[in-house]
Amino acid sequence: MKKLLLLIILSLVGLFPAAASSGAAGEDLDISGVIFGHIGDSYEWHITDIGERSIAVHLPVILYSRTSGWHVFSSKKMEEGRYGDFVFNEKGKIVELVGGEPVRPFDISITKNVLSLMFSCVLLLVIFLLTARWYRKHDTLEEPPGGIASLTEPLIMMVHNIARENIGEDYRRFSPYLCTAFFFILFNNFLGIIPFFPGGANLTGNIAVTLVLALFTFFTVNIFGTKHYYKEIFAPEVPGFLKPIMPVIEVFSALMKPVSLTIRLFANMMAGHIMILSMVCVIFVVAAMGPVIFGSMTLVSLLLGLFLDILECLVAFIQAYVFTILSAVYIGLARVKE
Amino acid sequence: MDLITPDSGLLFWMVVIFGLLFFILAKFGFPIITKAVEKRDEAIAKSLRDAREVEVKMSEMVKEHERMIEETRKEQALIMKEATEARTTMISKAKEEAREEADKILSEARERIAEEKESAMRDIRREVALLSVSVAEKILRKELSDEEGESAFLSKMVDEAMKIDNNIS
Repeated sequence: MKKLLLLIILSLVGLFPAAASSGAAGEDLDISGVIFGHIGDSYEWHITDIGERSIAVHLPVILYSRTSGWHVFSSKKMEEGRYGDFVFNEKGKIVELVGGEPVRPFDISITKNVLSLMFSCVLLLVIFLLTARWYRKHDTLEEPPGGIASLTEPLIMMVHNIARENIGEDYRRFSPYLCTAFFFILFNNFLGIIPFFPGGANLTGNIAVTLVLALFTFFTVNIFGTKHYYKEIFAPEVPGFLKPIMPVIEVFSALMKPVSLTIRLFANMMAGHIMILSMVCVIFVVAAMGPVIFGSMTLVSLLLGLFLDILECLVAFIQAYVFTILSAVYIGLARVKE
Repeated sequence: MDLITPDSGLLFWMVVIFGLLFFILAKFGFPIITKAVEKRDEAIAKSLRDAREVEVKMSEMVKEHERMIEETRKEQALIMKEATEARTTMISKAKEEAREEADKILSEARERIAEEKESAMRDIRREVALLSVSVAEKILRKELSDEEGESAFLSKMVDEAMKIDNNIS
């Protein structure tokens, strides 16, 4: 262990001359641009830079404009910043210039996040359909789970048990949704921690994704709510003077549940990404501050980055678990029998 | 502000793709897996219950077995006792019979001996009669050769013969 630490420090000392020469270039480093570029969405998937050349996966842009109809083209064409009437606005989104005025078209481009979403869903489909295939081909009474089933079964049964403990007797109807949500969040959280392609997209730290997940839970809760559930919202048994206030509070509470689900997952994952990226960026910020500070701070940021990465692995699981268990609790509350 | 505004394109794709994912996995994925595992869990619970029942039954059977062994042992003792009794009675009976048989044989033998003895006595008597006749003849012949004695003897003989005749009649 001591030898390893010494090796790291010595290798950092070796970096000092290089750092001193590149220090001047690092001064105008746009740290917030780097961080928000990483956690935001983009029309291309930037992988790395080799020298001056940027290596990126160019993704298809799909637009529907009221004035000119459908447009499908590669984002490579937007490299100069303009393609036909399409330019980037100040937020980095493509807008169409209609008579000199920027108009935002209906934009369903396959962006970095959408590609990551597709990738993770294909991964999920492959893994769980293979597991299902294993169970179709084998008799569980004859042999223990083998192959991929032995890997996924404990997790699936964990979620299934969450459903059983929190929802009433008809939990089997809701267990597939909870499983899907759990594994979707878990896979995307972990893919977000992997720093290179095809991971690294901040999908579960994107509010659109968490909002859709929370809305799925919201609709499941309210579509399958029993009449007792609705009675408790609109005509609860409370003293007379509370009668007019309670429905307002209850409706507000029902609406706040998906909001809290959305924000909790989104904020946790985004914050984790920002913290790790900040730790990495510390190295570039301190590069200009002389060899001693650079060396020591690099060591500190490496150790902290390692710690945060491990913490994020924990958070990735905890957030998927929390989202699932809260969804199960909300569904359970809506399935009250009396 | 950009971060907390949901992007319409991503919203659209998320609804479509997540909806599809949910549809496929809810139809072909998770229910198959959970059903299979629940079936196995039930089977395990059932076999555990069965095993407990079998264990109870087994202990009952062991008790029953011991009881049967005990009973058999008692029965064996009883049979042994009976057999001993039967043997003794049989032996005594056989002895009794043997004695009776022996007695019968003995009495028969005695009778036979008596008969034999009788016939032997008869034979002897006849022999003796013949012998005495021949002895008498010899004596007679000797007596008769002597003149003097002849008449005395004759008279004596006649007397005696007369006497025998009287006795017979």
